[in-house]
Formats: sequence, C-alpha cells, structure tokens
Amino acid sequence: MHKEIRAVGDNRSTGELSGKIVRFGVILAAVGAAASLILLFTGTGAERFFRSYLVNFAYFLSLSLGALFFVLIQHVTGAKWSIVVRRVAEVLSANIGLLAILFIPMILGMGYTYHEWLTPDAAEDPAIASKLGFLNRNFFIVRWVVYLGIWYLLTSWFYRGSVRQDETGDILLTLRMKRLSAPSLVLFALTVTFASFDLLMSINPRWYSTIFGVYYFSGGAVGAFALITAALIFLQRCGRLGMSVTTEHLHDMGKLIFAFIVFWAYIGFSQYMLIWYGNIPEETEWFLHRQTGSWTPVSWFILFGHFALPFLGLISRIPKRAKGALAVGAAWVLFVHWVDIYWIAMPEWYPNGVAFHLLDATLFAAMAGLFIAAAGRRLGKASLVPEKDPRLADSLAFENF
Amino acid sequence: MSGDGKRKRYGYLVEFADVSSIIEAARRVRDEGYVKWDCHTPFPVHGLDGAMGIRMTILPWIVFGAGTAGFLTGIGMQWWMNAFDYAYRISGKPFWSIPANIPVAFEMTVLFAAISAFIGMLGMNRLPEYHHPLFRSERFRRATADRFFIAVEADDPLFDEEKTLAFLESLGGTAIEEVED
Repeated sequence: MHKEIRAVGDNRSTGELSGKIVRFGVILAAVGAAASLILLFTGTGAERFFRSYLVNFAYFLSLSLGALFFVLIQHVTGAKWSIVVRRVAEVLSANIGLLAILFIPMILGMGYTYHEWLTPDAAEDPAIASKLGFLNRNFFIVRWVVYLGIWYLLTSWFYRGSVRQDETGDILLTLRMKRLSAPSLVLFALTVTFASFDLLMSINPRWYSTIFGVYYFSGGAVGAFALITAALIFLQRCGRLGMSVTTEHLHDMGKLIFAFIVFWAYIGFSQYMLIWYGNIPEETEWFLHRQTGSWTPVSWFILFGHFALPFLGLISRIPKRAKGALAVGAAWVLFVHWVDIYWIAMPEWYPNGVAFHLLDATLFAAMAGLFIAAAGRRLGKASLVPEKDPRLADSLAFENF
Repeated sequence: MSGDGKRKRYGYLVEFADVSSIIEAARRVRDEGYVKWDCHTPFPVHGLDGAMGIRMTILPWIVFGAGTAGFLTGIGMQWWMNAFDYAYRISGKPFWSIPANIPVAFEMTVLFAAISAFIGMLGMNRLPEYHHPLFRSERFRRATADRFFIAVEADDPLFDEEKTLAFLESLGGTAIEEVED
C-alpha cells in the first residue's frame, strides 16, 4: 500500500502571516537599532560598537551561507525527501542581499576591528608585514565585493529558478539547477574559506589555521539546519505546512543537525589537536587567549554545550521525531553557535576575560529583526514549497524506514 | 524427523499478489494474536512494520553501549600504556593528556560500535542460517520477484491445524500451502 498523499488542501501560503512576521522583525530591529545607537553615542564609543557588530554580522552571514549550502547539496545530490523544506532554505539564503547592505558599516569600523593590520606599526612587525600585500584596506574591500557578489548571484539564481518553476512547471529548470549546483559548491567552498579568513581570522593577523574556513562553515551549516528546522516548526504552529512537512522530514532535519554537530566537533578538535601537539607559540597563542581568565569557562561551555549536550540529546530517533524536543534542540544550537562566533572573535580584542556588553545583545536584536523581516517578506511572495518541482510527490510521500 | 519418516510441520505459507493485500492480512494476523510469524516481500514495504506490530529494535542501545565501552577502552588503554605501565615522555607532553588520547578513543568508539552493530544485527536475526524450511516451497521462490508471503509457524501457541488454516484462508491470499520442517 502506498502512503496516501494527504497534502491536498494543505495551507502552503504564508498569506497574512507574512505581514505579521515583517512587523515583528521591523519592531525588533527598530528597538535593537535605537538601543544600539543610544549606547554608541552615550559613552560606549565606536570601538565596542563595531566589534559587537562584527560578531553579529559573522553570525547571521554564517546562517545564510549555511542555508545556501543546504540548497546546493539538495540539488547536487538530486534529493527527493527535501523538496518540501527547500523553499524555506532558499528564502533564508536569499537574505545575503540584506547582509550585503549590512556589510557597509563593517567597512566603517575596520579601524576598530582590524587595527592589528591597519595600524602603521604593522609594517614594523615582520610577522605581519609580509602579509600586508593581502591584508590591506583596499584589497579587503575588493575581496568582499567579490564574495558578496558571488553569493548574491548564487542565492538569487537558485531562489528565482525555484520560484519561476512554481509558475511554469518547467522541468528543465530542475535540470539546470542540478547542473550548476556542483560548480556553485566549488565557488561556495572557495569564497567561504577566504571570507572566514578575512572576517574572523585576520582579527589576529599573526595567527593562522588552514582549517579555519571549514570550522566557520561547519558552525554555519549546523546553525542554518537548526534555523530551517525552527522555521518549519514555527510555520506549522501558525497553521502552515501542517500536512506537507511531516515527522519524517523533521526527523531528517534532526539527523542533519546531529551529523553536523559531530562534523563541527571533528573540525574543531582537528584544529585544536594539531596546534596543541605542534606547540608553536605563533599558533598556540590563539588558544592561550581562550584558556585564560574568564574565557576558560566559555571554552568549556562550547565543548559541552556545542558538542556533548546536543550529541547526546539528538542521538536517539525519539527527540528527532518529537516536534517540541526538536524545536528546543534547534533553538539551543542557534544559541551555542552564537556563543561560538563570539568566542572566535572577542578573545582577540579582550584577551583578559569575557567583556560582555549590552551592545552584543542590542545589535543582535537589530540584525535578527532585519533578518526575520527580510525572510518574512520573501516568504509571502511565493508558496512555502516548490509547487511544481517534479519530485514534489516523492517528497510528500517520503518515509524513513 | 519422526518415526514414520514424515517430516514435522513447519507451518503454513500464504501467498499474496500485491502490497495492499499483504498489509491488510498482516494487520489481521497481528490482531488475531499470533507471535511466531513473518512476512516475506521482494522489496521493503512502507508501513508493514506497523501492520505487523513490530516493536522498535533494541540494537541502538547495544551499539551505544558498545561505543561507550570502546571509548573507555581507548582512553584506559592509553593510560595504561603511556602513563602507568611504561611511562614515557613524548614531545615534552604530559604522560597522561586527553587531547592526545582523543583520536585513538574516537577510533575505538567507531570500531566497537560498528562491530556490535554488525554482530548484533546478525545475532538478533539469528543469522547466519544455512537452511530455512521455507526454501522447500517451490512457490516461495517468487518472494524475491513478484509475490508476497505470510508464514505462520506451527510453534506458535495459538497454532491449530484446522482453525489456523481456516483463518489464513479467510485472508484472501492467492494460494496457501503447508510447509514441512
């Protein structure tokens, strides 16, 4: 007996919910931005502002890039199960356009965030001087224009192709997207690697780790999978996708989160162990900052909170198939991923200990609000699932053994 | 084999022509309360587990336990070798340090988990089995091509030569036969 496809008549359009999401996002962004600006002009100063800004920018960028990665691997593998969840991922990845605008303040703040290699003293330091051909303001901006341009082209091309298929039902679009997904993944890997070097690794230009790009990618991927899962459960709570997205699809999203939690830990440990074993001061300095003072408990928190706890929590199939438990897991992963980004960036500026500032939270709220509003607006423009994808029926009937 | 040379009865075999009839029949066999019976299909059938009332396997717990044992073995082995029985300084590292032990502990975890999954699966399915009474049936060969079968064993506490036969005949299969052990 074939599983009956009961999704006919399912509510797959965001409808008036789109406006509500946008309103919520805009209010959150306005409150966050106002609070941030008040803090900026009432004594905190630009230095702290731009450092918090960088952390939150890196966080939301990683989520959109992770969502783009999700879309690309579905196309390159020709996956059938994921058709019903792909549209949400496409919408989240398309927020790259918003992030390109949010990058402008990053340029204004470079003097505070990348002063280690922008200061004239850098030329005196032989360890940095040799890197100044790469690490200089103009080339940095040029590279970011290239990265953001490539990501914008990729996300909008895959998003538009998918939405156009909703109207035309053209099967060639599926083939074209599949064909381009592999070269897109190559571009994705190269740009994300170099962007992570520029964005986070260059805060300390003396330090380097060749696996750093993979580390940033793995955190972003697991964060994006958690965000897609959370978004799907949220839409279901609001009466959307109730029949199209089943326990089976959420179970698979849970598997992906679990798998990339392990992948993240594997990469994180690979980075740590080689540096620990090599024991070269140039490299160990980075971990020394994170094992000093109040950064030590944060490091332990990441080890247990970003690996051990979600690993044990998601290893069984039961929580992956229970909507409430999976939603809690996804929210937790999104939180620890933020702590991870914070832990990557902040100890380089504040090696003496955790210097949490209200700006970290207000700028988070501002960017989260914009991120949510942009996604909510786009969710309202098309169906919540790719309606005429030729594999939609397979996806609706998908079942885990 | 009994004294008169006649083989013991293994059970009854019912043949079905399609997926929906075997799922329906499996549900009825389950509800009737039989426990020693099985379905044989040419390909995995969605929903058959539920129709047969098969409970979740405990194999994941065995694998988890074995994985944990592997992890502890890996850590303990390195402690014994490098820090206790033959303490030896390598690269100026402490005798006993977790970062250096993780790769071996990880590999031992995977090794123990994989072996327990493989052997556990074989054991719980009572494999390898060199011969099965159902292979005596000519008809049963189509179980790998285009027919679906339900076999009810004579060892089942509910089994009764006439009543079971009458019940199985009511399932609406395309054929029914008795299989000898």
